[in-house]
Amino acid sequence: MSTRTSTAAHDKLKFVGRLRRALSPTGNAGDAIFRGLMFCAALLVLIVVGGMIIALALKSLPSIRQFGFSFLWSREWNPVKSEFGALPFIYGTVVSSLLALLISVPLSLGIAIFLVEQAPHYIARPITFLVELLAAIPSVVYGLWGIFVLAPFLRVHVEPPLAHWFGWAPLFQGPITGIGMLTGGIILAIMVTPIISSVVRDVLAAVPNSQREAALALGATKWETTRVVLINGAPGIAGAVMLGLGRALGETMAVTMVIGNRAEISASLFAPSYTIASAIANEFTEATQDLYLSALVELGLILFLVTFVVNGLARVLVWNVTRKSGAAA
Amino acid sequence: MMSATTPKIPSQFTLPQDQSKASFVSTPAAPAKITVSDLDFYYGRSQALFQITLSIPERIVMALIGPSGCGKSTFLRTLNRMNDVIPATRVEGQVTIDGNDIYDPGTDVVDLRRRVGMVFQKSNPFPKSIFDNVAYGLRINRVTKSKTELADRVEQALKDAALWSEAKDRLHQSALGLSGGQQQRLCIARALAIRPEVILMDEPASALDPIATSKIEELIVDLKQQYTIVIVTHNMQQAARVSDTTAFFLLGKLIEVNPTEKIFTAPDQKVTEDYITGRFG
Repeated sequence: MSTRTSTAAHDKLKFVGRLRRALSPTGNAGDAIFRGLMFCAALLVLIVVGGMIIALALKSLPSIRQFGFSFLWSREWNPVKSEFGALPFIYGTVVSSLLALLISVPLSLGIAIFLVEQAPHYIARPITFLVELLAAIPSVVYGLWGIFVLAPFLRVHVEPPLAHWFGWAPLFQGPITGIGMLTGGIILAIMVTPIISSVVRDVLAAVPNSQREAALALGATKWETTRVVLINGAPGIAGAVMLGLGRALGETMAVTMVIGNRAEISASLFAPSYTIASAIANEFTEATQDLYLSALVELGLILFLVTFVVNGLARVLVWNVTRKSGAAA
Repeated sequence: MMSATTPKIPSQFTLPQDQSKASFVSTPAAPAKITVSDLDFYYGRSQALFQITLSIPERIVMALIGPSGCGKSTFLRTLNRMNDVIPATRVEGQVTIDGNDIYDPGTDVVDLRRRVGMVFQKSNPFPKSIFDNVAYGLRINRVTKSKTELADRVEQALKDAALWSEAKDRLHQSALGLSGGQQQRLCIARALAIRPEVILMDEPASALDPIATSKIEELIVDLKQQYTIVIVTHNMQQAARVSDTTAFFLLGKLIEVNPTEKIFTAPDQKVTEDYITGRFG
């Protein structure tokens, strides 16, 4: 009997001891409090992300119940008839983002290769700085520039020649307004270039010099050596591209200002389009019925999940490349 | 402290026109493949090599020895202009290969490096298959005309590097799956594939275990039949085992060049003897 109580007491002591050690390995009360506070700060991130997913899911329940999966491929978006389909927005988001990558990836690779492989330090440093400054320009400023500079420029100098030479392709048909998918894609390309190029720059800089020397010692030219470097950095470059994609998918303000905001799917890059983010930003004030609001929240949920996954994958890819060489260097 | 003991370099060992002297190389009749005269090398403002004058005959193994930081790796890298990659470096003096000045402004560095191959201290295979690693130099230099010729050259290079038996069943697997010693032999095979005339080796066995090291050493002795080899090593026994001629560097200066046997038994310079017998360095 007495042994039993003593083991119970002993267990309790052991538990308290373990708890204290978990809170503070040093056994000091101040350390425990400090550690606890920092842990709460970190926990907050998880709570916010988790809470966001739950809130979005709950709010979009009416729309999910009403439309099911057909929400994803229905082309009808008619608030008056209470019919909501997300396809035009998904299309607009995906196509404008891909268009942005198509323009931005070669450009960003060029910038990064120049900065890491070719430019002397006194040129590379200011250019790196400027490129990173581009990322700090507020989205709405890009939008303004897009409306007043880029769109008129495209309307006068770019779209007419495209229609003239490539008008046989459905991509370059229809009325030329300067506002539409092409303008949205180009604005996005300019906005994601700083992100992609600075991450690719880090990735290329992390490729060990021994790889460059190996290629050079075999009689490789500068371009052939650069190709070896690119092969080494390939996973990280893929990650950088996906980071850019994540940014392009979620970008709202600048695109809203130049893409035309019409929920239609058109093969032409000159035609106006609509992205998920712009739809939410434009329409939530007018969404008076519950179902309308719920459909908008569901759009938000889709965008959130997609960008979450894309960014997660991107981080893992980049991290895998830079971590390895970081340990070696 | 050491510079005080560094003697003036006896000119009869180092001047190229004296290469026919019997004491200079083990095969006195061999023509000079590489001739270096009055070579100075600078990293920014600090001078790393001082007035190096030396000639390397064809088809021998020359070992470069000396304590860390004495300039032997720097010297090795001047022979294929690998130091060009490092910013703010400067070369003065002359290096000729087959009589052509490799620092002449008209020199095609890409072609030079094709003729002067290099194996590095740390094996550096590309993240590609074994086959593609060896084929790399052949492909970029457009050496082979057909796929079968390419495959033949890759096979021959792997055989010459004594790696064929271990690699033949996994040619298309990643080179990064090979052991350290195998990776280093792969790098040698990769250098051999384009059939350079000279092979520079920068401590090729320093990261390897004794068995892998002895394989590389046997290989070096074999390769001497076809190639001129210059090898930097920290390992005295290795220099003694593989080389015909040994050059001793100290503080950026060439102290002595002599047949390896002589260097290890009766060196001309006291400081060489001190280093070899382990009194410093």
